[in-house]
Amino acid sequence: MKKENFLWNSIKTGMLGGSIALFICLIGMTEVFSKRDVIEKVITLGQFVLLATSVMTGLIASRQTSQLVGENRSLHRLTAGLVAGLMTGVVLALFVLAGDKVNIRAVFLNATPGLYNILTFEKGVSGVWVLPVISAVSGLIGAAFLLLPQAAQKPLTQATLFLFFMALFSGLFRVVLINQGTNWEKIAKYLYGQTGVTSEGALIFFFAVVIISVLWSWRGQSVKTSVAHLPKGGKLTLRLLAFAAIGYVALGLPQVSGPFIAQVIVTVALFILMGLGLNITLGFAGLLDLGFVAFYAIGAYTVGLLTSYGPFGLQHISFWAAVPIAVLVAMAAGFVLGLPVLGVRGDYLAIATLGFGEIVRLLAGSDFLAKYFGGPQGVIGIQKPCLGVLEPFVKIDVPRVCNGIELGKPQDIYYVAVAAALLIAFVAWRLRESRLGRAWMAIREDEDVAEALGVNLIQTKLLAYMLGAAMAGLGGAIFATLIGSIFASSMQLIVSINVVSLIIVGGMGSIPGVIVGAIALIGLPELLREVSEFRYLLYGMTLIIMMLSKPEGLWPSQAAKRELHHVEASTEAEL
Amino acid sequence: MSMLTVENAHTYYGNIHALKGINITIEKGEIVTLIGGNGAGKTTTLRTISGLLKPREGDITYEDESLLKYKAHEIVYKGISMVPEGRGVFARLTVTENLEMGAYSLSNKQDMGNNMERVFNLFPRLKERRSQLAGTLSGGEQQMLATGRALMADPRLLLMDEPSMGLAPVLVELIFETIEQINKTGVTILLVEQNALMALSIAHRGYVLQTGEIVISDTAQNLKDNPTVQKAYLGME
Ligand SMILES: Nc1ncnc2c1ncn2[C@@H]1O[C@H](COP(=O)(O)OP(=O)(O)O)[C@@H](O)[C@H]1O
Ligand SMILES: [Mg+2]
Repeated sequence: MKKENFLWNSIKTGMLGGSIALFICLIGMTEVFSKRDVIEKVITLGQFVLLATSVMTGLIASRQTSQLVGENRSLHRLTAGLVAGLMTGVVLALFVLAGDKVNIRAVFLNATPGLYNILTFEKGVSGVWVLPVISAVSGLIGAAFLLLPQAAQKPLTQATLFLFFMALFSGLFRVVLINQGTNWEKIAKYLYGQTGVTSEGALIFFFAVVIISVLWSWRGQSVKTSVAHLPKGGKLTLRLLAFAAIGYVALGLPQVSGPFIAQVIVTVALFILMGLGLNITLGFAGLLDLGFVAFYAIGAYTVGLLTSYGPFGLQHISFWAAVPIAVLVAMAAGFVLGLPVLGVRGDYLAIATLGFGEIVRLLAGSDFLAKYFGGPQGVIGIQKPCLGVLEPFVKIDVPRVCNGIELGKPQDIYYVAVAAALLIAFVAWRLRESRLGRAWMAIREDEDVAEALGVNLIQTKLLAYMLGAAMAGLGGAIFATLIGSIFASSMQLIVSINVVSLIIVGGMGSIPGVIVGAIALIGLPELLREVSEFRYLLYGMTLIIMMLSKPEGLWPSQAAKRELHHVEASTEAEL
Repeated sequence: MSMLTVENAHTYYGNIHALKGINITIEKGEIVTLIGGNGAGKTTTLRTISGLLKPREGDITYEDESLLKYKAHEIVYKGISMVPEGRGVFARLTVTENLEMGAYSLSNKQDMGNNMERVFNLFPRLKERRSQLAGTLSGGEQQMLATGRALMADPRLLLMDEPSMGLAPVLVELIFETIEQINKTGVTILLVEQNALMALSIAHRGYVLQTGEIVISDTAQNLKDNPTVQKAYLGME
């Protein structure tokens, strides 16, 4: 790159960054996010996102000058960042000025007075210069960051991300801490405000992470080696301790988090359950099933019809008796739906199953079958599970009172879901190592070869499909009792897409990946109500970024990790 | 009675008439080679024998029984294994897992262990790399793996589709030596090759396939001496 060119290049990068910032504004994100704070009274989430855009633009522009050599190199790089950041701000400022003259809102609904207020820091058109200045400084910071040594970059990045994370979920942490007792309450209020972290909290979080990160890069390697050199028993103890800690948090969280968060956690658990099911069909056997929600619906309706006291209840049997029936019905449905379509390959299978999902939803909600499934009104009055000694497993005609412990609250159902998820994770893990599991993977890799080796394709695929269906049915069954009513309208295609996405994000074929994926894609957006409006935009972005930078997923199976990153040293030369 | 007889087989891809009534016989213990240029129908012939394609006309008899009544996944139980074109190893499974899949048709775990031992003796290279993912193996190693995987099923007839494809000359030599070695243990081999010279040097008999038809069939030695073959497939003038 020639020297004269680098400024022009920075301007271009800056305008691109500005366009992205403008896009964020015009889809309404900035305004919605401004209702949340990152650091109370200091910076809102909306401002943070815009500044982060400027910082990133400055950083990228600065990196683009990397071919430049000479004594003024650092200066050039800083200039590049400054210019790019400035341009980002200028684009937004021009937008504000234009908005002052013409009614942009006629086209872009989100170009509200509120947005102009945010962009001018409440000063009106006279404050239009503030944003470019701040942006320029941000761009400069981004460029300066690149000049830092690696050893400093890492702790700063980690600390910033951690602070951001803490701020995003301040509501959750605050509630959890407050419920721990009065001493904790004080700590909670010191660290977290109503809508973000406090200034004091921000400083504490930031520097704590910096210190830990520096310490770790200094001593971390020796800690790792000493763990690696622990005797077998010691390693096992360590691992058990880690599991116990995770288990303690996972089981205790809904008790201290309050009903809203408990509800979110149950939803996550249900998606983990479905993810584990689809992981068999998609992750192990490679069958892209986009109609997964159909089996979820079938499981839910089966439990609904068998246990409801409402007008459509057929039998008032107990939840526990209804669940296995629901699973079997879902499995049978998997057989019936799978048989005709499993002969088709790849993309066609995705389309065919997608169709099935829609058909099931439309049938369940149709007036035609309304006398069985309640049509749009759905099935209501579904029983809660009851832990009672005398819980009868047969039909009884009168509404029954639970003479034991009724699992009525979302927190209670959570444990049912966790138990089911554990069971399924175990089954999936055993299946994976079995002869059947191998056959699935062989089919995923190469159908023809698998067939020539003696794998009965239809039978083996059908089993994968039916087991996936069974697990979705179980998820639906628990969903039915959790909500207490089911409506066809909640059985949308998007549920299937969510499950597929969480498997991709977590890591195809990986069981822990399903858990991580469900937390990341289902849990986090539910907790951030501000974000939920832009959920699918963020989904799409996450998926694209994942595909580009981490195609094996967040927590990949060992095989995928090795394949995509060549951890295992490849062979020397030919042979 | 011959081990395998392909009789007047016609195979189609939709409307494309890929095999136009071919006849092939293979005696027990032989290495028979099928040579021909690109698109001649060699792969189609192997896929027809192994049941992945069904001929629209004609018959395939193996050990006195028609194979046409069996599905593709049942053929391996009859003692016919295939080393597919382009190796077709399961890239995301390890070497050991690939070999285990090869023994999918065996009911006895003991046999699987023995066969794996045999394969490792034949290809010590695979033993060194047994926990490596097949996709990360070199071309030569993948060919060994594909061959080993086919042997895991204890075949009496082994169908090999262009095992020399894309390999360096040294490796080609090695692979062909192994094929002879396998044959000496009593496995009958149908070897499909474009590398006619190498194939004819180890085979007993050969067939020349051209646009879906067998044009010449003779002993390997006679084929090597045949001027037409020399001109078209051995690169001699
Ligand atoms: N899947 C297919 N669909 C349609 N035509 C095919 C297919 N596979 C092969 N053919 C055609 O059949 C003929 C024989 O192919 P093939 O058996 O693969 O040849 P070879 O293995 O000798 O190179 C070719 O003309 C090829 O184009
Ligand atoms: Mg071929």
